[in-house]
Amino acid sequence: MTGDMRQGDALMTLEGLTKAYPGVLANDQVSFSLLPGEVHALLGENGAGKSTLVKMIYGLVKPDAGQMTLNGDDFTPVNPAAARAAGVAMVFQHFSLFDALSVAENIALGMDNPPSTRELASRIREVSQAYGLPLDPDRIVGDLSAGERQRVEIIRCLLQNPKLLIMDEPTSVLTPQEVEILFETLRKLTSEGTSILYISHKLEEIRALCEHATILRHGVVVDTCDPREKSARELAELMVGDKLHVPSRDPAEPGAVALSLSGVSMPSPSEFGTDLRNVSLEVRKGEVLGIGGVAGNGQDELLAVMSGEARAQDGSITLAGEEINTLSPGARRARGLLTAPEERLGHSAAPEMSLIENALLTGSVREKLVDRGFLRWNKTEKFARRIIEAFDVRTPGPDNAAGSLSGGNLQKFVIGREVLQNPDVLVVNQPTWGVDAAAAASIRQSLLDLAHKGAAVIVISQDLDELMEISDRFTALNEGRLARPVPTQGLSVEEIGLMMGGAEDGEVAA
Amino acid sequence: MDLGQINPLLLLASLMVAATPILLAAIGEAVVEKSGVLNLGVEGMMITGAVVGFAFGVNTGAPSIGFVAAAVAGAALSMLFGVLVLYLKSNQVATGLGLTLFGLGLSALIGKPYEGIKAPTMAKWEIPLLSDIPVLGPIMFRHDPMVYVSLIIVALTWYVLTRTRAGLILRGVGENHNAAHALGYKVIRVRLMAIAFGGACAGMGGAYISLVRVPQWVEGMTAGAGWIALAIVVFASWRPWRVLLGAYLFGGISVLQLNLQAAGVPIPVEILAMSPYLITILVLVVISLRGNHGAPGSLGREFHATH
Repeated sequence: MTGDMRQGDALMTLEGLTKAYPGVLANDQVSFSLLPGEVHALLGENGAGKSTLVKMIYGLVKPDAGQMTLNGDDFTPVNPAAARAAGVAMVFQHFSLFDALSVAENIALGMDNPPSTRELASRIREVSQAYGLPLDPDRIVGDLSAGERQRVEIIRCLLQNPKLLIMDEPTSVLTPQEVEILFETLRKLTSEGTSILYISHKLEEIRALCEHATILRHGVVVDTCDPREKSARELAELMVGDKLHVPSRDPAEPGAVALSLSGVSMPSPSEFGTDLRNVSLEVRKGEVLGIGGVAGNGQDELLAVMSGEARAQDGSITLAGEEINTLSPGARRARGLLTAPEERLGHSAAPEMSLIENALLTGSVREKLVDRGFLRWNKTEKFARRIIEAFDVRTPGPDNAAGSLSGGNLQKFVIGREVLQNPDVLVVNQPTWGVDAAAAASIRQSLLDLAHKGAAVIVISQDLDELMEISDRFTALNEGRLARPVPTQGLSVEEIGLMMGGAEDGEVAA
Repeated sequence: MDLGQINPLLLLASLMVAATPILLAAIGEAVVEKSGVLNLGVEGMMITGAVVGFAFGVNTGAPSIGFVAAAVAGAALSMLFGVLVLYLKSNQVATGLGLTLFGLGLSALIGKPYEGIKAPTMAKWEIPLLSDIPVLGPIMFRHDPMVYVSLIIVALTWYVLTRTRAGLILRGVGENHNAAHALGYKVIRVRLMAIAFGGACAGMGGAYISLVRVPQWVEGMTAGAGWIALAIVVFASWRPWRVLLGAYLFGGISVLQLNLQAAGVPIPVEILAMSPYLITILVLVVISLRGNHGAPGSLGREFHATH
């Protein structure tokens, strides 16, 4: 469908690429072409075959059938080194940095013939300055922020002067400011003739950045389009192949106060965290409170102080009128306050354990999965199956390790596990982070349904669109302080910006 | 009690001899662990090296051939571990323990005919000029060649790990095998080579006990040296020079406590006998309290190449 006029002067063409894994046809006859200097989006739900496709281009996976050309010549990379030599570079979603090694060592590992350490360090400084991504080559990667870590990967690619740069979910861990910097870098690159193959779930970003999009569904190219001419919703529907369900509910009168924090202050338990300063909030039954703000402004701490992982130094936290600040997480769960933290692997789920075991971990008290110290596996398995079914978690079965699920599916499981325990108050942090449009919509719907049934829901998120869509009232965290919540309806972008920037209560509420 | 009969020069000189087996085994294991594999079979590879080295040394009359044979035997045994762990994905801890038990049994079997025989002596190398330096000369420069070989191996290991691309790749593989694989490095091949190096070093370390230190074959003669080597690697934070420090500290105190026992110091023998273990661990713990500990990120983890 790409048309012959595009193929003539293409940088890269893919023709009938096919790759099968046992039981799945990951890519079926995928064909498209990339022009020099274009940003080409690859769209699809989790499991649509995007990763397999780019791994074939990067030489990590051998296609079963089909051809690729680069600059008109046959391109069959046998390994990533061959792909790099031909001018293809890739920024990975995870798994490609070495925490204990320095920035320079990390970059050297991604190059085939790195120069001497000193020369490499000066080239890193040079290139990172030129693209507005300052980076100190001697720092240990483990100490860097998510945005800085990504810079390491990008600089690693840029040092090889790639003709094609593949980016897999590059913005999922970045703050909006960091995304802006990244986009500027990418535009500078394309103006120099580099093509970019861009994978992301963030459709607004794709509309802002990409000139062309190829849409994959179940391993097949189903459509191509110019994303600038489509709305985010139209793009999502192309990916899903169906009308996108927009979360909806009937507005209800909020009930009694379910959870309230007053004057809560807490020094951050982690070294690079943000202290909470005099945070007060109230959330009522049947209401969704949205808390926005740029990452690292105290979101993790706020969740921890509500879940019971950390205790407030000053102030009080009451659940249905009862002071709970000194209670453990388990005791809070028993009283109906459930939480789902941001980090799926390691915080809200144990990656090496099965879904059944993970269901037990937070469900043991409320679902009565433990009987006089003995685990009731049958009941636990039923609970896990109930989550899988109700939240459409795609997995071969509840015996599978949590870590083997895709991000979106695990997120559905983690949220579902809490929702099905019928909480009185549910606090979630980044409920749809790295989740595709359809899964995100179903997670949001489940939160709304929960509120409709009378629970109080607090959603902490960096996705403003999400908060505007589902929350009744909105507030924002800024350097550990919380703005006074205001009704979401009729809130303007300027007002939100002011709240995120830490404006005084009076100015915003006016 | 007569402390006067302890000759400090002799003590320091014998320290290097006492420490060499552990040093060899530990530096090999440090490389294995840097590549992300935990091989608990050090003791088994040492004792196998000890018996094979002894057999070849006795039969050929040349200890140097014994050391080469011991290195080959250690490496061969380690390849058994490597295939099980890297290709058949068996559990590293269980396989390593099994390797130790296997090595102890195998060595007893091979060693039966060699009991009670004395090993051929290894000539000492008196390094010209350096060995004539007063005090330092006799301590440091009048040893058998394996003492120098072990020091050269430590220096080379440090150089390769920190200064060369091969070393960087090895550290990368040990730090994050998924990332290394994604960048196109051969994780399994790198690890197999590291395991072979570790096996060869452990084998030579064992042969040093049977050919130089004791020097004869006694069943079970490594007596836990492999375990001490493993502990030293951890407490040395996987750094070659600290491994050297730990091994020499352990060797030094072992020799000193024997001398103290001989001199009749009124400290219970049990306490003297345990002192090398206690002090070595204490000192290395204090060192590793400061700064980063640097356990390789993928140490002991199973690696599945993802597609």
